[in-house]
Amino acid sequence: MNLNVTILIQILAFFAVVWLTMKYIWPHILGAMEEREKKIANGLAAGDRAEKELNQAKAKVDTLIVEAKEQASHIKDQATQMATKIKEQAKNDALAEKERQFSAAKAEIEQEANRAKEALRQQVSALAIAGTEQLLGKEVDANKHADLLDDLIKEI
Amino acid sequence: MAGKENTGVGGYIEHHLQNNVLELVPGNPFWNVHIDSVIYSLIAGGLFLWFFRRVAKKATAGVPSRTQNFIEMIVGFVNDQVVDSFKGKSKLVAPLALTIFMWVWLMNFMDLLPVDLLPAIGQKAGIEYMKIVPTTDLNITFGLAIGVMILVFYYSIVVKTPLGYLKELFTHPFASKNALAQIAVAPFNLLLNIVETLAKPISLALRLFGNLYSGELIFLLIAVFTLDMALSQLVTTISGPIMATVQFILTFMWLVFHILIITLQAYIFMMLSLVYLNMAHEVHDDH
Repeated sequence: MNLNVTILIQILAFFAVVWLTMKYIWPHILGAMEEREKKIANGLAAGDRAEKELNQAKAKVDTLIVEAKEQASHIKDQATQMATKIKEQAKNDALAEKERQFSAAKAEIEQEANRAKEALRQQVSALAIAGTEQLLGKEVDANKHADLLDDLIKEI
Repeated sequence: MAGKENTGVGGYIEHHLQNNVLELVPGNPFWNVHIDSVIYSLIAGGLFLWFFRRVAKKATAGVPSRTQNFIEMIVGFVNDQVVDSFKGKSKLVAPLALTIFMWVWLMNFMDLLPVDLLPAIGQKAGIEYMKIVPTTDLNITFGLAIGVMILVFYYSIVVKTPLGYLKELFTHPFASKNALAQIAVAPFNLLLNIVETLAKPISLALRLFGNLYSGELIFLLIAVFTLDMALSQLVTTISGPIMATVQFILTFMWLVFHILIITLQAYIFMMLSLVYLNMAHEVHDDH
């Protein structure tokens, strides 16, 4: 149990082992542990971030869908309105066209009737003149009796 | 297992507690080397370095192997203790704590080997004396304690500056704002500090030594149950089987208990070293 130079040997060995541990063992193992810790922390943070982003994306999608629905119904309304308007327009156009053609036809008929009347009148005056000539036995100067003729024509 | 001149129970135990001495300078006891303690201490230290280095070389931040996991458990445990107890900044202290813990534990572990196994093999090889537990040798425990104390002095001087350390020796623990009173208590402070400083390595070394030495002694006492009994006596006599059974049960119980003790002692040695080194890093500027 006596103390001797063994102490010195042990002290030297102690420092040697501590130095070797400090140089070749501790930093490697603790470094690996700390790096893994960092990795895990990063992974967890990334997971959180991804979840948050997913939620944000979901919310965005929801609003987009609502917006799209609104827009679609708006477009539908517009289309319906437009269709109604176009139908109305077409109807009006058609009615106007009908009116126009109708009045045109009526005018033509009237014109024709007038023309026929005129012709008839001419013919009647001619007949009247011819008849009068026959009755009078002489020629009627149409110019001399223009006033008279005209009155006659009007009367017919 | 008793030697020629050592017979009986006393001789058996004495023989077991005898170191193998290598006389570097014949006639001068200081130059005696306990060669068995040195060799087993170096084997334990080498085993620690080899095993941990093997893992450190392949240490990966990815999925660790079983061995790496086990080593990381120890390193993490030691690191937690260092972070908790040591507030200074030093690259040396954490590896030092790991070294102390593992090395002391491995040296203590030799205590769990059957007390006669290695000495008997040694005797067959012609080695008369062999003490296989280095921590039952005061030289080894004092070697470790003094190694720690050298670092305590070193850090005290580096952190507090030589003058600051000297001043602290005279002005702590008793301090006064009154200059006269301060001078009056200075001798007591110095005395207390010397006692405290001396107590540190002594408490470190003696605690470890005492626990392991007594543990080894109890293993030896238990081994005495079947001392000098021939194998045939275990079956041919009545007392033989009984003694063997009692010895087995007692050894087993003490062994299980001792697993706790060797771990606890290694832990205490590490923690006290950390506390002493932390004290060396504390600068008292509040007085």
